[in-house]
Order: sequence, then C-alpha cells, then structure tokens
Amino acid sequence: MLQIILGAVSLGLLWAVMTMGVYITYRILNIADLSVEGSIAMGAAIGAQCIMRGMNPYAATAMAFVGGMLAGLATGILHTRLKIPALLSGILTMIALYSVNLRILGKANISLLRMDTVYTVFENFGLNKSSAVITLGLLCVLGLVGLLYWFFGTEIGCAIRATGNNPQMARAQGIDTGNMIILGLVISNGMVALSGALIAQSQSFADVQMGIGSIVIGLASVIIGEVLFGKRNFFNRLIALVLGAITYRIIIALVLRMGMPASDLKLFTAMTVAIALSLPVFRSYLKPLQRSKKGEM
Amino acid sequence: MLTIKELHKKFNPGTVNEKTALQDINLNMAEGDFITLIGGNGAGKSTLLNCIAGVYGVDSGIIAIAGENVTKFSEHKRAGVIGRVFQDPMMGTASNMGIEENLALAYRRGKRRSLKWGISQAERQIYRELLGSLELGLEDRLGTKVGLLSGGQRQALTLLMAILIRPKLLLLDEHTAALDPKTAEKVLQLSEKFINEGKLTTLMVTHNMRHAIKHGNRLIMMHDGRIILDIKGEEKQKLTVEGLMKRFGKASGEEFADDRVLLS
Repeated sequence: MLQIILGAVSLGLLWAVMTMGVYITYRILNIADLSVEGSIAMGAAIGAQCIMRGMNPYAATAMAFVGGMLAGLATGILHTRLKIPALLSGILTMIALYSVNLRILGKANISLLRMDTVYTVFENFGLNKSSAVITLGLLCVLGLVGLLYWFFGTEIGCAIRATGNNPQMARAQGIDTGNMIILGLVISNGMVALSGALIAQSQSFADVQMGIGSIVIGLASVIIGEVLFGKRNFFNRLIALVLGAITYRIIIALVLRMGMPASDLKLFTAMTVAIALSLPVFRSYLKPLQRSKKGEM
Repeated sequence: MLTIKELHKKFNPGTVNEKTALQDINLNMAEGDFITLIGGNGAGKSTLLNCIAGVYGVDSGIIAIAGENVTKFSEHKRAGVIGRVFQDPMMGTASNMGIEENLALAYRRGKRRSLKWGISQAERQIYRELLGSLELGLEDRLGTKVGLLSGGQRQALTLLMAILIRPKLLLLDEHTAALDPKTAEKVLQLSEKFINEGKLTTLMVTHNMRHAIKHGNRLIMMHDGRIILDIKGEEKQKLTVEGLMKRFGKASGEEFADDRVLLS
C-alpha cells in the first residue's frame, strides 16, 4: 500500500509541473489551451530521443522545455495574429504535434531502459527509483513555484494577469494583450513539455499517445487543488495545485486498486472534472435551502 | 491637442447590415479644451471615441494627437497618451486584482514593462494619498480585490487610473450613465476636479443635456454620424436646455425626440 502511495506521490509531483502549466492558461489567461495534449508528448519525445542520441539527460530535458515553448508559440500566433479562436488554435497545434512527435520519435514509442536519466544521479546516492523521482520532483516543483510566484508579481507578470482578467482594460492601460497571451502560452507549454520529459524518464519510455486526455487530468488537478486546498492568495494557489495533482494521482491509484479497470480511467477522470466544474450550479441550488434552515431571510 | 480630419467609418461595409457610423468628422481640440459630446442613440458618439482610442480602425481620415498621426496605431500603443473611462464600471478595472495592483498597471501605462517587481513601496504611498482624495475610504483597502467594490467605487478608481499618468487626452464615455444619480454626481464632481487641476484636454460623452451644458468649455452635438453643432466660449456659458433643443431642430431639420436625453 505504501508503495502505491509513494508511486502516486512521485507521479503526482511530475504531473504537478504540467498542472501549473495548465493553470497559467486556464485560470490566469482564461483560455482552455488544448495544445498541451501535444506538448506533453512532445516533451517526452524530445527528451527520450535526445537521451537515446547520447545527450546529457538534463540538457535533453531542457531541450524538451524549449520544444514545448515553440509549441506554445505556434498556438499563440494562430490565436492572436491569425485571429483563430483559442480553442481551435489549441486543437490545431495538438493535431499537428501528433505528426511532429511521430517524426521526433521515429516510431510510436521509444524505450529508455538502462539509459541514464535525470534520476540516475539520485539513484547513485543510493535512493531507489521512486524516492529518486520524489526528490527531483520536489526540487523541480518547489523551484517552479518560487519562479512562478516571482514572475507573476513582476510588471510583465501583472500585465499577463490583467490580460486574462480583463483584456479591454489591459489594452486601455497600454498592455499589448496579444503579446501577453503568446508569452503565457509559451511559458505554459514549456512547463507542460518539461513535465512530459520528466514523466517519460521516470516510466522509462516515451509514447506518442501519452498526451491523450492530459488536459482533462490537468484540469482535474487544478480543480481538486482549488476545492480541497484553497485559493486564498497566489502562493497558496500554487501549493494547492501541487497538492491537487498529487491527490488526483492518489485517487486514481486507489480506485484502480479497488478494482476499476484501467480502461475506464479516462471516463472516470472526465466525470470527476464534469462534476467539479458543475459544483457552482449545484451550490446555487443548495444555498437557498441552507439559508432557510438557518432561519435567515 | 486632438485633430480629426475627414473621418469616415462604416460598420459591416458591403453587407445588408451596412451602417454609416461616422461621416466626414472634422474636429480640432485645443490644449485644455473640455468638450462635452451629446447626441441621441446611434448618433455616433461612442463610435467616435472608440475610433480615437483605436478600438476600431477607420475607413478614411486622419486622427492626430499632439501633432502625431496615430491613425494606424494599435489601441495599446495609443493608450500611452490617452486615459479612458467607460460606461460599464466593470470594464475599466481588473476585478481579480487588488486596488493597488490595478493602480500599478495604470502607473506603467505607456512605459516599457520589465521584470521589476510589479509594485513598489514608494508607489503605495502615492496611491494611498490619491485614494484618500476620492473620499471613498479606499486608502486603507489597497489589497482589496476590485471585484468587491461597488460600481461607483470602481468608476472612481478607473478615473484615478486614467489620470494617474497625465494623459494628453482624456476620454470619458458616458462614465456616469450606469450609476445611481447620487453616485453619478459624485463621480462627475471628481472628474471635474481632476480635469481642472490637471488642465486635462477632455472629451466627455454624455446623454444628459444638463451635464453637457454645465460642464466643459465647449459643447458638440452629433446626429446621424455627423457633428451638427459646435458651441463654445460665451455662447456655451449662456446655453440653456431649451436653447440647445431649438438649435438642434434648426441644425438637423428634425425635432429633438430622444427620450433618454430629454428625460435625464
């Protein structure tokens, strides 16, 4: 059991990197960016292929980050410069990346067994694989939380937040909203690809299919984090995202252990997100009931 | 300060929904002019303001601010010299961000934004003083999310943001129309105060004849996308609602019959 939880925590930490990327587009920019489905697999593909070619795993992971940023740039240009709706821009990038990822991988999947990965350094210190992933995952996540907290407090970061919150106001305050949306998408997809590279190295393979449904997993993690761990301020929100991603993985590990077939996983995730997103509707029905119970009104 | 030459604007050109919004608009605003712009629904007042601000492109004509031709400039680029307050109090501020964060965004209007921290301690002191001058009790609520403020408070804050960096041109687009009469009066007083203190070149759209007559040194009336009246100086000071309606009838060849303008 402990092994299952540890496995879930380690996977959750790696997916937390992706969740933070999804948060930037979904909550800060107010865009549901589907290109992440392609960029997570792209990160895995670039990372794996570079490692196969003998590149240092850390450099390979950095390459994955850059690749993801380019994917975000593509979506950003489609949306802001070519005026294609955000949802459709994301879908176009996602579909295009499927072919790109196949080209990068050269085949449907690559195995990384017995190759040096970013975790090897930690395993050489005597940690087992799961602890090595948790250690590096934690370092990575904490570093990114700090970096994002700083970035969204800067002048440019504030301009991105204003753009997502009220683009009209942002333009009236001299903010180039198009550029801010592009920048947000670039950072977001870079982080998603980074997450993909880390995941591929932890599971020792990269698969062109691995992105399917990832946006829903990201959203589920964002929402679980917000509902369970609060959203008082930005720092609190970032931590909540990480905990949300871990919680999601633990929930999945538990329901699988309780006997749910793995093939039903995506249905389960989709339903979780649908229910979580519709919570405000249910709440608005429940509120009058609660008030009348308390004898108010 | 603002020069508009032969400005034309059509919406949906070439379709059955084609509508001529602005026809041959010519306007010269001197530095320090405070123009009230009045007209019925669909007269083109808001369209004109939006064309000046760069929200809409124009079909033909020239818009120049302080001698610089800005006709081809994007909206955010023009924002460097234009301050704006909108009719909808929700439109001018970012509701998920704090009062001080909104002010800090406005403080950097027209400047290059960098990776410096988005708000400095020294600025906070300035904001506190300015918010105090609004007399709305906002000076002690710097961190409060703007979404929690009332419409009037948000509109006063938007006004402050519009003048925080002295704009070469201030555009007020019926900025009190969505407020209750008492709040509207208060916001109008604040506007008048800021405009007088900063000697700001201002273009204020209003539906309210009384306001249009009482405020500003020049009154412009629009009808069917054209400027039909331009009253300034002593003539403006002597203007009455009845007189204005008579002159409208003469200039347009129609009787003035817009309930919203008459009743307000």
